[in-house]
Amino acid sequence: MVDQSAVGRTFTPVTARVEPGRLRFFLDTLGETNPVYRDGAAAPVPPTYLFCLEMMDAAEPFEFLTALDIDLARVLHGEQRFDYHAPVVIGDTLTFRPRVTSVTEKKGGAMTLIVVETAVTNQGGIHVADTSRTIVVRNARPS
Amino acid sequence: MSSSVPSVGDRIVHKEFPPITRHRLALYCGASGDHNPIHVDIDFAEAAGFPDVFAHGMLVMGYLGQALTDAVAPSRIRSFSTRFAAITQLGAALTCEGTVTELIEQGGEKRAKLALTTKDQNGEVKLAGEAVIAL
Repeated sequence: MVDQSAVGRTFTPVTARVEPGRLRFFLDTLGETNPVYRDGAAAPVPPTYLFCLEMMDAAEPFEFLTALDIDLARVLHGEQRFDYHAPVVIGDTLTFRPRVTSVTEKKGGAMTLIVVETAVTNQGGIHVADTSRTIVVRNARPS
Repeated sequence: MSSSVPSVGDRIVHKEFPPITRHRLALYCGASGDHNPIHVDIDFAEAAGFPDVFAHGMLVMGYLGQALTDAVAPSRIRSFSTRFAAITQLGAALTCEGTVTELIEQGGEKRAKLALTTKDQNGEVKLAGEAVIAL
């Protein structure tokens, strides 16, 4: 089971480019027709897209699970947060730096909540966003 | 959004989405980079103890984000957060809503806090969240 020793662990930074074709696939999948997202070079990305970019271009999208010895089949997404500090637009190259910021046991150890916070910077070194995901691990019952 | 300042209690976000299909989950798997098989492979989902595949939480949050940016320009969103309250099943027809809960001054600008929800066709809350927007 993941314990407090995981707090402070960092994982391989991910660099991802905001590519128009991939973004269009995402927009079409959600049935998103808002013209603001199809406004050419200056188009912003949708509010949840940072989460996708980090997974798309990671060499190992579930590295943090492997590193913490967590079975993917036992994981649920508990919470997600985005704090936006500066615009992200098509063509940007973003770097994601994830780290574990808390580990909390719930329900007498039946579940473990793990918070991974990720700072996002762009090609100019500007800190454009912070994301925070809370992962719920359904722990195996001791036999 | 328009230049008029919203009031506390105003419901400024409201959007309904079509029922979630297996096809949509497959598309989202590819489009999002989230290849967790639990959302597209029924054998994997069953082995993990679930009766069927179920929607990615981030697909549902993506819908909520879409409802939000129908009402508020993306550049005005300062933060956006949700708790995934319940698993969203296949066939769920989602309704996303957002209501102004507070008007604040923060970071040198006027902002509003919104309480956000996503419910299925039975009124069950799937996502409960918050956004802070610049006015």
